[in-house]
Amino acid sequence: MVYTYILKKILFFALTLFTIVTLTFFLMKSIPGDPFTQEQAIPEEILKSLYEHYGLDKPLYIQYIKYIKGFLTLDLGPSFIYEGRTTNKIIAEGFPISATLGFLAFILAIFWGVFWGSIAAFYKGRFLDHFGMILAVGGMSVPSFITATILQYVFAIKWGIFPIARWGSFSHMVLPSIALASFPSAFIAKMTRESMVEVLQKEYILTARAKGLSKFQIWKNHVLKNSLLPVISYLGTLFASITTGSFIVEKIYGIPGLGGWMVSSIANRDYTIITGLTIFYSFILLVSITMTDIIYFFLDPRIKDRFQNHEFS
Amino acid sequence: MNFRSQPISDSYFKESWKRLKSKKLPMLGLYILLSLILCSIFIPLFSSLSYYETNLGMKNTPPNQEFFFGTDDLGRSIFSRIWWGARISLFVGITAAIIDMIIGVIYGSFAALSGGRTEEVMMRIADTFHSLPYLLMVILLTVVMGQGIITIILAITLTGWINMARITRAETLKLKEQDFVQAALSLGASTRRILFVHIIPNCFGTILTTVTLTIPSAIFTESFLSFLGLGVQAPVASWGTMASNGLAALTYYPWRLFFPATFISITMLAFNLLGNGLRDAFDPRFR
Repeated sequence: MVYTYILKKILFFALTLFTIVTLTFFLMKSIPGDPFTQEQAIPEEILKSLYEHYGLDKPLYIQYIKYIKGFLTLDLGPSFIYEGRTTNKIIAEGFPISATLGFLAFILAIFWGVFWGSIAAFYKGRFLDHFGMILAVGGMSVPSFITATILQYVFAIKWGIFPIARWGSFSHMVLPSIALASFPSAFIAKMTRESMVEVLQKEYILTARAKGLSKFQIWKNHVLKNSLLPVISYLGTLFASITTGSFIVEKIYGIPGLGGWMVSSIANRDYTIITGLTIFYSFILLVSITMTDIIYFFLDPRIKDRFQNHEFS
Repeated sequence: MNFRSQPISDSYFKESWKRLKSKKLPMLGLYILLSLILCSIFIPLFSSLSYYETNLGMKNTPPNQEFFFGTDDLGRSIFSRIWWGARISLFVGITAAIIDMIIGVIYGSFAALSGGRTEEVMMRIADTFHSLPYLLMVILLTVVMGQGIITIILAITLTGWINMARITRAETLKLKEQDFVQAALSLGASTRRILFVHIIPNCFGTILTTVTLTIPSAIFTESFLSFLGLGVQAPVASWGTMASNGLAALTYYPWRLFFPATFISITMLAFNLLGNGLRDAFDPRFR
């Protein structure tokens, strides 16, 4: 039963990834112009040999088959712009940086969000609740590029506490990870509060109170596990989007991660890099979503029942 | 058993409106939005300063009595550009949210009503769309279709409708079990009739809330794209473009970033406040 569920999820995973690869490939091909269309004309002969070199002279379906073959052998193709640069190399260089930064922000967002969500739920209707929720709505309303700029201006340019930009030591990671975490932590805080308020109305909480447990013990033993399920489903998507690099935050802080590469390859019309990075991103996203589904299955017995009753698949 | 179509009565809306009116923050959001909309309509109409007129002798002027928000690097009044930008940002946000709503509501409720294979396939398609990396797809589309307001709206709605479709489906599944829908079904009412007479009016609160919360994310996407240089083109002003230009000169002329950034944030805040308020006001638990 468990295996059927997991198998089904993996099948869906493969199907979706295939769809995305195909879709991205043809989207890229439909863009007018190619990386060799430039302001000064390239001689016919050179253009021809360039097309030949990159296989652009072949019919579309052969290019597609070649691409799928490459994809299956984990080769996402070379750059059309920079000699010797491949998508695989870019991922190998950029992903560790984006992932480190993203992971830091991910952890920060979970702790900060669950902390304020819990506080707000336990002190519902009182000052701390209002304060926390104003903080959350504020965090959701200020776009990341503004948060990032303000943090950079205040803490790096005015006060000089942290480095302004670039990548290196831990102190370089502080401001960008706070900027990255501001939206998700606000979102998590809101979700946590909502589900905790619901859990706190349950009768077993009343029992726990009657037993004389402290607020912290109730939170730790009874509330936390039961209210984090909706949050976990969000964490899958969050993990994927936050570890694969943010365009804006990486641009503002001059961080050589995946996001920066994506922006520059879009500007250069570097097809293979754009396609490759998009597919890589979708892959990470799909892995996270599939993992969340499977974890969910084990955490929430209700899903098992529904799956058995064929209510959903 | 109750065979009549359920409480789309006046009293339900009145009750919800009353609950909304009693809350301070959502009403604050509503007032901010109304004044933003009115200002963006009327200030450009009556203002003597244009948004594109350059005046190199007056460039980078700090806020003063003539230029309330100062001027930018070409001497253009930031005050008038803000209000022209408001038109674009609000237009993009609201139009995209409405298109999302139309597609999402029809798709979601139709899937839920059909049931069986059709529903499963339809929701799988939605899932696939959902696993597409949203911002990347938006950027790709902007590259494919060229830049402009229409492109931005299309790009935002490409994946934006899914959330609405899922929410409507969940609501419809709940309503489907209720007596008045079952009665209509057994009397042989057409799917279309059930959709428009029984399902959609009863989802009204949820739909309105979702639309209100979709607008700020659409506005965010617009400013994000403009910030990346993929948005509307000069000389048209959008808040994102202005913020992006202001960023370069942050150290010397901070007002050039401050005003667009503040307006983006305030607008998103107002929509979020109103949306949260609407959700509480229409909450079926109070019904």
